[in-house]
Amino acid sequence: MSDNLPPSTEAPMPSKPPFWRDEEKRAIVFQVVALLVVGLVSYYLYSNTQANLERQSIATGFGFLDKEASFEIGESIIEYSAADTYLRALAVGALNTLKVSLIGVVLTIILGTLIGIARLSSNWLISRLSALYIEVMQNIPVLLQLFFWYAIFYEAFPPPRQALNPIDGVFLCNRGMIFGVPEAHAAHPVMGWVFLVVLIAGYFLNRWGHKRQDLTGQSFPALRITAAAAILLPGLVWLLYGAPTAMDIPALRGFNFQGGVTVSPEFSALLLGLVIYTSAFVAEIVRAGIQSVGKGQIEAAMAIGLRPGKVLQLVVLPQALRVIIPPLTSQMLNLTKNSSLAIAIGYADFVAVTNTMINQTGQAIEGVALIMLVFLFFSLSTSLFMNWYNKKMKLVER
Amino acid sequence: MNQPENPTREYLAAPVKKVGAAAWLKDNLFNSWYNSLLTVLTLLALGYIVPPFFKWAFIDSLWNSSADACRDIEGACWSIVPQNIKFIILGFFPEGQEWRPILAMILLLALVIYSKEKSRWNKLLAWMWPVGLIIMGTLMYGGIFGMPVVETDQWSGLPLTMMLSFFGMVMAYPLGVLLALGRQSKMPAIKTLCVVYIEMIRGVPLISLLFMSSIMFPLFLPDGMTIDKVLRAQVAIILFTAAYIAEVVRGGLQAMPRGQYEAADSLGLTYSQTMRLIILPQALKIVIPPTVGILLSAFKDTSLVVIIALYDVLKTTKVTLQNPQWTGYSTEAYVFLAVLYFICCYAMSSYSRRLEKELHTGH
Repeated sequence: MSDNLPPSTEAPMPSKPPFWRDEEKRAIVFQVVALLVVGLVSYYLYSNTQANLERQSIATGFGFLDKEASFEIGESIIEYSAADTYLRALAVGALNTLKVSLIGVVLTIILGTLIGIARLSSNWLISRLSALYIEVMQNIPVLLQLFFWYAIFYEAFPPPRQALNPIDGVFLCNRGMIFGVPEAHAAHPVMGWVFLVVLIAGYFLNRWGHKRQDLTGQSFPALRITAAAAILLPGLVWLLYGAPTAMDIPALRGFNFQGGVTVSPEFSALLLGLVIYTSAFVAEIVRAGIQSVGKGQIEAAMAIGLRPGKVLQLVVLPQALRVIIPPLTSQMLNLTKNSSLAIAIGYADFVAVTNTMINQTGQAIEGVALIMLVFLFFSLSTSLFMNWYNKKMKLVER
Repeated sequence: MNQPENPTREYLAAPVKKVGAAAWLKDNLFNSWYNSLLTVLTLLALGYIVPPFFKWAFIDSLWNSSADACRDIEGACWSIVPQNIKFIILGFFPEGQEWRPILAMILLLALVIYSKEKSRWNKLLAWMWPVGLIIMGTLMYGGIFGMPVVETDQWSGLPLTMMLSFFGMVMAYPLGVLLALGRQSKMPAIKTLCVVYIEMIRGVPLISLLFMSSIMFPLFLPDGMTIDKVLRAQVAIILFTAAYIAEVVRGGLQAMPRGQYEAADSLGLTYSQTMRLIILPQALKIVIPPTVGILLSAFKDTSLVVIIALYDVLKTTKVTLQNPQWTGYSTEAYVFLAVLYFICCYAMSSYSRRLEKELHTGH
């Protein structure tokens, strides 16, 4: 066919399409335009901001962090007074955020796992109640839940003088939950160190046990030995120090309690709200994870003679966790981010402290930037961990 | 029939009863000693909690009385809701104009309910929505037909919540899809911009964006120019939600088999045709469940505007509770709000389940 065509020299197929139809060139134009638009908008906003700051004579930069904060913070892990710097106030806030997030994450995972398993229970009542819990708690805004718990603490609980005393040494009143703790004693730090050493030794024991099992096929009860040692050895230390039993019991003096440990209503309401809200989501994740492991897997594991505990440990959990961990991490991040709602009920977390700082100094840009940086740090470090974990747990396929 | 009786034939006992209340109880509540124990313990706990709650909520309670009457009772004072319903729902909307937000809300609800059926998704509906939204906006803002102007700072209560969540969801969705496409793009600059945006927004709490919109954004604008506070919060909610939608949609895009792209290419479809006709319809469909999760969060998160002092329905409730007459009845007021939010969320999630089933074209 092509032989019959006259040799055309004047109108060959254009070797290059015009630039607006050339995909590569179009892509370059698109990108340049996009970058230009973003750059121009940023420059416009930046110049406006500069002009505004100059006109309102607001200083820029983080120099103000060294100034005296001159506001009190309700609760703090480290020493803090109004005479300290803003930097220290922010550190107090960040530690408070970490405190509520860490405790919240642990409690949420426990509660969420329990409810997720209960949802799958063959017991109709338990499974229905868990479903109800999940459905209700997921569908109520977490802020509303925080307000609700805070109101319960403030309105339903009596003043300290009529404090509820459900268990000996524990008091519930509108100043929070106050409970007795063992009085400080030289034995306690030693017990703590012994516990830590046992855990580390247990880790290596477990690794050794696995290696031995790989070589000889004999299993070694490393976990049980570690658990027993973790309870017994600190107990032994306690006995060696003469078994100190003195308790620091809270007692009513005037209008408030002295002694013991007080958990403030703000902290309790925040923790309760976050844990209850997030655990409903975690429960769904756990349920989906367990259901994702095929029945055949469990049957096969039982067929080769594994005991129920081993079926769970070696077959179900490794597969279920692969499905559970990624969404679980994002829920934990959500909990951390939602802890910023503390500001609404007056718990001094990082956002609340920064907000007070912004109100006092007018350094809005620096303040908001700090909030974003701190939370970005949390999220990005979690994502790094997740990427590492995903790589480690990735299904090895052909 | 007339076969001789087989002498070795075994006669099986009648099957254990598998129907009826007793069998159901045995199967579902008492199928092992462990489950029986759990059932009994749960029933005991329920027996301990439910009757006092029932007594508090329904027997000793007052449903529509004055605040003074509530002081003398032990139970719940639900009266706080009907007695303050106008303020809780409408907030500071001017006296005598209440019919306007109510009508607007009814219009929105009617449009939403009308749009539920897939069979009605046609051109007419596509026209009804913009027209309806313009009517709603006019009703709220006024200024013509003798309706006095109501500035946005007086928009409060349920209309504000509905507006923030409706636009938050409707505008964030297309923006999120665009961001997801941008993230999948082969152009490095576009891709980087989208990745940075999505990861940054997802890394920070919504409250920091709201702070940004309320205290930082005015500094960005030239002197003398202001942008409405409600609008700023609305934009913050949209930008926040879009980043989350983008991540969900990206999941859907990644789940599309390569063959789909290649088939579209071999048909000579352009990029936009490929996306519009082949990829997105499938990708968006498979991510309906997580998308609805995001949209529900967006709806619930509108309550965060309380913190930047916008008067949404949660804030009007809180203001009501600050009235000395009604302080101390927070539980009742919050339970009312919780029920309100629950109904909305539940309706949305059950609708999404239905939609998923209707759009399902597989086998």
